[in-house]
Formats: sequence, structure tokens, C-alpha cells
Amino acid sequence: MSLAFDEFGRPFIIIKEQGAKTRVRGIEAQKANIQAAKSVARTLRSSLGPKGMDKILQSGDGEITITNDGATILQEMEVEHQIGKLLVELSQSQDYEIGDGTTGVVVLAGSLLEQAEVLLDRGIHPLRIAEGYEMAAKVAVAELSRVSEKFEFSPDDIEPLVRTCMTTLSSKIVNRCKREMAEICVQAVMAVADLERKDVNLDLIKVEGKVGGKLEDTVLVNGIILDKDISHPQMDKEIKDAKIAILTCPFEPPKPKTKHKIDIDTVEKYEELRAQEEKYFKDMVKQCKDSGATLVICQWGFDDEANHMLMHEKLPAIRWVGGVELELIAIATGGRIVPRFQELAPEKLGTAGLVKEVAFGTTKDRMIVIEDCAASKAVTVFVRGGNKMMIDETKRSLHDAICVARNLVRSNAIVYGGGSAEIACGIAVEEAADRVPGVEQYAMRAFAEALDAVPTALAENSGLPPIETVAKVKSAQLKTKNPHLGVDCKETGTDDMKTQGVFETLIGKQQQMLLATQVVKLILKIDDVITAGRYD
Amino acid sequence: MSMMGNSAGTNVLGEGASEEKGEHARLASFVGAMAISDLVKSTLGPKGMDKILVSMGQGNHVTVTNDGATILKSIYVDNAAARVLVDISKAQDDEVGDGTTSVVVFAGELLRQAEQLVNQKVHPMTIIQGFREACTVAKAALEAEAIDNAGNDEAFRADLLNIARTTLSSKILTHDKDHFAKLAVEAVMRLKGSGNLEMIQLIQKAGGSLKDSFLDEGFILDKKFNVGHPKRIENAKILLANTPMDTDKIKIYGARVRVDSMSKVGEIEAAEKQKMANKCEKIASHGANLFINRQLIYNYPEQVLMSRGVTSIEHADFDGIERLALVTGGDICSTFDDPGGSKLGTCDLVQEIMIGEDKLIKFSGVAKGEACTIVLRGASSHVLGEAERSLHDALCVLQSTVKDSRILPGGGCPEMVMARAVDELAAKTPGKRSLAMEGFAKALRMIPTIICENAGLDSSEIVSQLRACHADAAVRSNMGVDIITGETGDMVKNGITECFRVKQQILLSGTEAAEMIIRVDDIIKCAPRQREE
Repeated sequence: MSLAFDEFGRPFIIIKEQGAKTRVRGIEAQKANIQAAKSVARTLRSSLGPKGMDKILQSGDGEITITNDGATILQEMEVEHQIGKLLVELSQSQDYEIGDGTTGVVVLAGSLLEQAEVLLDRGIHPLRIAEGYEMAAKVAVAELSRVSEKFEFSPDDIEPLVRTCMTTLSSKIVNRCKREMAEICVQAVMAVADLERKDVNLDLIKVEGKVGGKLEDTVLVNGIILDKDISHPQMDKEIKDAKIAILTCPFEPPKPKTKHKIDIDTVEKYEELRAQEEKYFKDMVKQCKDSGATLVICQWGFDDEANHMLMHEKLPAIRWVGGVELELIAIATGGRIVPRFQELAPEKLGTAGLVKEVAFGTTKDRMIVIEDCAASKAVTVFVRGGNKMMIDETKRSLHDAICVARNLVRSNAIVYGGGSAEIACGIAVEEAADRVPGVEQYAMRAFAEALDAVPTALAENSGLPPIETVAKVKSAQLKTKNPHLGVDCKETGTDDMKTQGVFETLIGKQQQMLLATQVVKLILKIDDVITAGRYD
Repeated sequence: MSMMGNSAGTNVLGEGASEEKGEHARLASFVGAMAISDLVKSTLGPKGMDKILVSMGQGNHVTVTNDGATILKSIYVDNAAARVLVDISKAQDDEVGDGTTSVVVFAGELLRQAEQLVNQKVHPMTIIQGFREACTVAKAALEAEAIDNAGNDEAFRADLLNIARTTLSSKILTHDKDHFAKLAVEAVMRLKGSGNLEMIQLIQKAGGSLKDSFLDEGFILDKKFNVGHPKRIENAKILLANTPMDTDKIKIYGARVRVDSMSKVGEIEAAEKQKMANKCEKIASHGANLFINRQLIYNYPEQVLMSRGVTSIEHADFDGIERLALVTGGDICSTFDDPGGSKLGTCDLVQEIMIGEDKLIKFSGVAKGEACTIVLRGASSHVLGEAERSLHDALCVLQSTVKDSRILPGGGCPEMVMARAVDELAAKTPGKRSLAMEGFAKALRMIPTIICENAGLDSSEIVSQLRACHADAAVRSNMGVDIITGETGDMVKNGITECFRVKQQILLSGTEAAEMIIRVDDIIKCAPRQREE
């Protein structure tokens, strides 16, 4: 801790509550940061690849998550360390942007930092390292585009898409039925994709789960599933050609937002109020009925009386539907969300071919399925599985696969997996390094070294001798100039990822390199860490 | 496995958090899962023992049970892998209702085998692959072993009885299993395949012995008639309601009574009373002679209704009202303005009956003959609680069998058949996967072994005999463990059969859970949330 002194030699307090704060600076700070980042990356390293392992995460409340998804692991492990948190954010931004490759990006960043540490020991200035990394990343991204290939598919021929999704799913626990799952994902994406604008609105794909059954029972529903039941046990459980009124007002007497009191001081007023109350309910139900609705979906609750009157009018209703779901229903059925009963009109109703309530297992669990929606775009993947953890993990895996399919619809360039792209980039960066004058060339070489981390981890996780395998693949790539050679994790007998059909999206891979480089630069630039003391 | 550890001592996690890696993590999860499996192991099979569970809450409530799901639900588990097993047992309970112990024991045995393989340096992923292939083969073998008597009503009924008896034989009801099996089968047969278990109501009444339990067609409501009402109504027309009959408040927000003199209070009171009287009038105009409300009925409305010749029952809970609506075919009403529009429930006879000391209301001759009530009698509430759980298991299994009529011989026979199929596969498979398959077969054979051990029999002797019986794939054998004679016996002849769906679910969920635990190589525990005292 450095201290300042005044002209009489007395120490001077510059930072408030200086004593309570800890401070690390200079090379020591960099080393400590790198150490922390490495230890986070090391945790994820064993989850990479088709034979990657899972982690059990136990939250503060004792809730258990079992997962293989990098972003989820980091999010749930509640990292406290400031640099660790940067890595958590790194994997999250990869998740938001691309949705897949969240483990790979952290492993890459960890390995870049590991290499930087060696350079720091050799006395190279952190900023020069950062610059070298930046240059190398540029070369690598360009190389990725060079080795990338166009990937052809059409709405009629979704097989290539299915195979990409299978690559993503093969590292997850669902790989037992990856074929079925991949097909579901691709069908879901194709159902909502706007192929002309090359865009997919992921909000339209919902992934719902219910414990029970087998993984194979997972289905794609061409519509929406609500975890709700029909409000009155005796209403119709199946409505064909439903006209749906979507309401955000409760079936209750109005509650004006201004504070008010109604004083009852005479019998007449009491009677009047009573009549008024009755009328409210009647009007509400009548307005719904008059608009021609055959199903009412409401965001709020129903009064018992209103509920009965709806039943009486043969108007099935669903209550307590969440805002997000309500919007989704509105989009899918082409209806409008109506905030007041008075505004109900026939043209504001949504339409769906079939709405039904389905029951599961021996418990009284029920769900509502809305199928064949008018403006049908929304789809739901309904996941079944042995237990809750299984379902949660399947949902996460499906999310990843759906993101991959979406990325391919957006841009159909791909690179081959199995570490082949990283090795190709490493070779390109090393070549480029030789042409760079100055200290940066060391950093670039380090970058190339760091890229080897991904294939090494893949080989290690698959139980292959890591160094030997990577060296073999690398020399083979140099010799044959075939950038599709990678680590044969599944022991199929060929190193050519093109024949194995293992590939990833180009933007996903590019994003990984760019994001990892950025975070590493950020960490290298820090030379002073001041931690505030605990507030008493 | 790289075990560099946190060499620099940098702790990236929060205070109080811990991380276990690699071998340690695997060890922790294997040990935890096996501990759970060992815990429930002794309850397996017809000679399985019970457990006493003492709750931590007030009054140290005691439950005596043999039901795996109930035991696991009640214990507090910290180990993450153990939690997975608790979870599958719960899922098994929700899905098929029985086999909750077997699924945990099976998963535990699989993990025991996996642990040995990991120690022999087999990669966990290889083990998983072997298990998966073994599971597929085992499933096929199970399907081949199944017997289907769907076409033959009489045989099917006999199957159901056998299944119920087998399920009940491991429970407290084992001494009266014939009696209860008959009850359960009759109840399920009444559903006529609709599979709605809600229609079967179980009522516990302490007193008498288990043998005095009976099935009553129709519906029994655990309520009393209001005082002074007739105790017997023939040709009842029932109006079911969910409406406040105590004080029917005005629901408009902000309404309150504010008056300036006592006389006005009286007037308003009169108006309120009038409102209630009107409501009763409307109710009476429906033409019903029995009014059942979910909520309370105060004395005044009751009296008004009485004078109009309408008997009333108050405070039937949600389930009661819903069931009544189901069985009598009436609507549940909350408003009463349209007497013609609401359908009344009908029932030939409503009367008060006595079971032991308690009075209950019995609805017989209801419109829908599917519903029925099973009244359980027994010495204490603990016995009754366990009896209800056992009967529930049996009902669930029977319902599953009605849906999918395939059955299997019991007594560990299907396990032996599956083990043989898996062994055959292992013999043909090159590579380390075959080791995992052998392990899978061993785990399957552990189920009959444990059944024997729990019954105090010479398990190695009997299981090896069984193995010999099932050795030839071409000859179908129904041999299994016969606990009564302590030898092997033909299960189909002895009438020990099990439901196919339950067995299949045990196989699939058990493998799935084991797979999940084997895949783990890292356990991260976050700092426990600080609870405010």
C-alpha cells in the first residue's frame, strides 16, 4: 500500500477508509487476474466436446442443476472474483449473440491468458501482447472465412440442418436421441423462419417441459402450450375452431386507481350497489359472449360468480395467464389483447383450430394446448423426461441447437468442427507472425499456441493422448493443405471432419475468437485492483 | 485427469462455496447415490422391512412406511447425486405410481458397477455408451417376455388380481392382500378404462381391523348434515354450489357502511338479511331438495332453505364438490338467477351412515356408476396412512395395466431374462463397452438377489439357479424367486405378475439417472444462503 506524505512527513490519507481496502498492483495484479481467469476456464475445460463431462451445481438454496452448457455452469456457480465475473459475462454474451459455443469461448480465453503469462515473464509489456493478440485475431478471423464453406439447404431439404444440430446435441446428455431432437429443432426453426429476410424470431419458439414419460415422447406442437387449466371443472375441455378473447382485465368489479370510498348510509344505496355489482358481472360476461368468443383467456383471476356465469354461458375460460404467454397467444392466433370489456369486438378475437386440456400421469397435472392458430407461426417444443434435472438440461440443449439452426438460416457459411478450424487458424497465424516486425510477433505466436487448446481439450476429454493427437493432425493439415482435418473424438476412424459431418457456424466461431480476444485484452490492461473493504 | 488444483490459491467463488473436481467429485456422487440406494434397499420385495420417519417439524409427526417415494420424499438429502435419485423416485411415483424403490435400487446398483469400471480406468463416456446399448437390448427382451391377455376378459381380470396381489404383498396389507386386491380391481374395473383415478375416493376411518375395509359403490362425503335436517333423502335432486352463504359481501372496491344513527344500522342489516333471503329463495326455486355448498352456510340461510324444504350440507371442500359434480352430473353454480339453465345432480338415495363412531353422508345410485369409495379401517392412523399409500400404489399399477394390458412374471424373472440378453450382447461386442454391458447385467441380477436377501434366503444359491433356468434363450422360462417356499418357482403358475409399464419405466429411468451421475466430473456448491433467524 503506497502512502503519500505531507511536508512534515506525516502520512496522508488519500482514499477513504484506506485501511479497509486491499490493493494489488503492477505485474502482481496481472498475475493474480490471469490466475483467477485460468481457474474458471479450467472448470469448463472438461465439458468441451462430444465426450465432455457434466457438472453438478448446487445453489445456495440447495437446488441442483446438472449441465454441460458453459453459460449455465458459469451463471450458476456464482463466481465472486471480479475477473472471474468478466469470463462469466463473456460466455453469456456468446450465449446471447450466438447461443452456442459458450464453453469454447471461455476455454480459448483461458488459454490466451495462460500464454500471455509466459510472455509477461519474459518482460513483454502487456499492451504489446494485447496488440499482438488483436492482430492475430484479425488473421484468424480472415482464415476462418477462407476455410468456410457455403452450406446448401432449402425448406424441402432440411437434412443438412438436422446434421448440424446433431453436432451440437452430441455433446449433451440428450445425445441418446439426438436425431429426433435435432429434427424437432430444425422443424421448429423452419416453421417460424422468414426465409426471405433470413431471420428467425426466437420468441415464437417456446420450449416447455413436464416431468414424466421418456425423452422420446418429446414432441413439436404446432401451437402453444400453457401450464394452466380451464377455470371451471365443468367447462368444455376441448374447443374446436375457437374464437379467443384475450383479456387483461379481471372478471371482478372494477378497482379505480384513485383512492375512494363508497359510503353506504341508506338502504336504497345498499340495494343500488348490490344491483350494480350484479350488473357488472352480467355485462362482462355478456360483452364476451356478444363479441362471438368461444374461449376467454385472461391475465387475471375470476370471481366465483363470474366464473359460474361463464360456465353457464358455455364460455370456457383460462385464468392467470402470464403476460409473455398472452402476447404469444395474441401473435399466434392473430387476436388483439383487449384491456377493457367495452372494447371487445369480433375482429379483435384470435382464432385457433383446436384448444384442449390434456392431463398427465397419476397426478392432477393439466396443460392447455392451443393448436392450428390462425396466424400460425408460434410453435412449442414439449419436452418429456425422467426427472426435472433431465428436462431442464434438455431444454438448455434444445435452446443451443435451435440457435445453431437459426444462425444457419441467417448466414449459411460453416466451418468444420473437431478443432480443425482452430488448427487451420493456428497455422495461418503462425505464418503471419513471421512477417510482423517487432515484439508483437511473439504475442501472435502465443495466440497460435493458445488456439491449440481447443483441439487439445477435445482430445483429452475423449481419452486420446492430447499432445500426440494434436501434433499428428497439425502436421497432416500442413502436409495435405486440407483444413478439414480435426480430432476424431468419436473414434470413427477418419480425421476428416467433412466426411464425419461435424461442423459449426462460421459466425459462431468468429464471434468466439473476437470475444475471447477482447476480454483477454481487457484483462491484460488492468494493472491495479482495489477492493473495497466489507461495509460494516 | 489434470489435477492442478487452485495452485495459486485464488478463490474465484464466493465465501463458503466449495468445488470438487475429477475423481473426488465422482467419488462423492457415487457414494452419495449408493448410500441412498442402500437406505431403501431393505424395503424391497415381499419381505422388505418398513421405516419409521420422524418429521422435524412440530409434534415430531411419525410415519411408518415401506413406500420408496414416501421415504425419500421425507428425508433431507444434501448430496447432489443422491438428490437425483430422490427425484427419479418421485417421477416414477407421479408417472406410474409404483416401483419407486426398485428404480432407486437399480440405479444404485448400476452406479456400483460403474464405480468399479472407473477404477479400472474405463472412460465414463464409454461406460455410458455400454449402458445405453445394454438398455436398448434389455428393453427389447422385456417386450418379448411380456404376456398380453387383452382379448380375454376373464384372463385379464385374473391378471389384474394377480398384479394387485403382487403389489400389495410387499406392503402392510400383505395379510389381507386377497381382500384388498379384490377391492382395488373392482374399483379400477368400475372406471371402465377411463383411467380417472379421481373417481376413486379413499377414506380413512380409525377403528376396526384392516379386514373391515370395504368398497362402496357411490360416493361418500366425509361431512354431516346440518342439525335438524332429515338424515335420509330419496330421489335427491342436488344443487352444487360454490357461493358465500355466510355474509355475502358487496365486492365493489371501497364500499363501506357509514351511518349516522342506530336505526339506519338496523335498516341496512334488514336489507342485508333480505338479500340473503332472496338468494335462498332463488336457490330454492331451482327445485332441488338438497343444497351442497363448498363454503360455510350460516344459520339464517340454512333456516330459510329448511323452511322451503331444502336440506343443506355446508363446507364440502373443493375436491368433494368436484367429485360430486362428476358423479351426480350436476353443475357447480355460483349464481342462481336462471333456475332452468343450471343442471341439477341426481342421486337415488342420500343418507347418513355410521362408520365406527363417525357419521358420513353416502350418495348411492348416482348417475355415473364409475365412481366409488373405498373406506379403510384399521387400528391406528399410522396403519391407515400406510394402507392408503399401498392401496394407491396398487390402484396406479392397475390403471397402468388397464391402459397397457401387457404383464410380466414377477419375482425377478424379467430381470434375469434381461440380464441374459445383455450378457449375450456383451459377448458379441468388441471393445471396453462390453465391460459396461456386463456390469449392466450384474446390476439387473442384483434385484432378485436383494429380494432373496431381504427374505433371509440364500441369495447366491437361488440366483445362480435362476440363471441356469434362464440360460437358454430359445426356451421361455417363467422361473423366479418364490419367497414362500424359499426356492425357485414358476411365477405365472404362482400368480405373481407385474405390470409391464412399471417395469419398463424402472429400466429406463434407472439407466437415465445412472447416466446423469456418471457424466459428472465436477461439483460446485454455492455458499448457502444466509437465513435470517
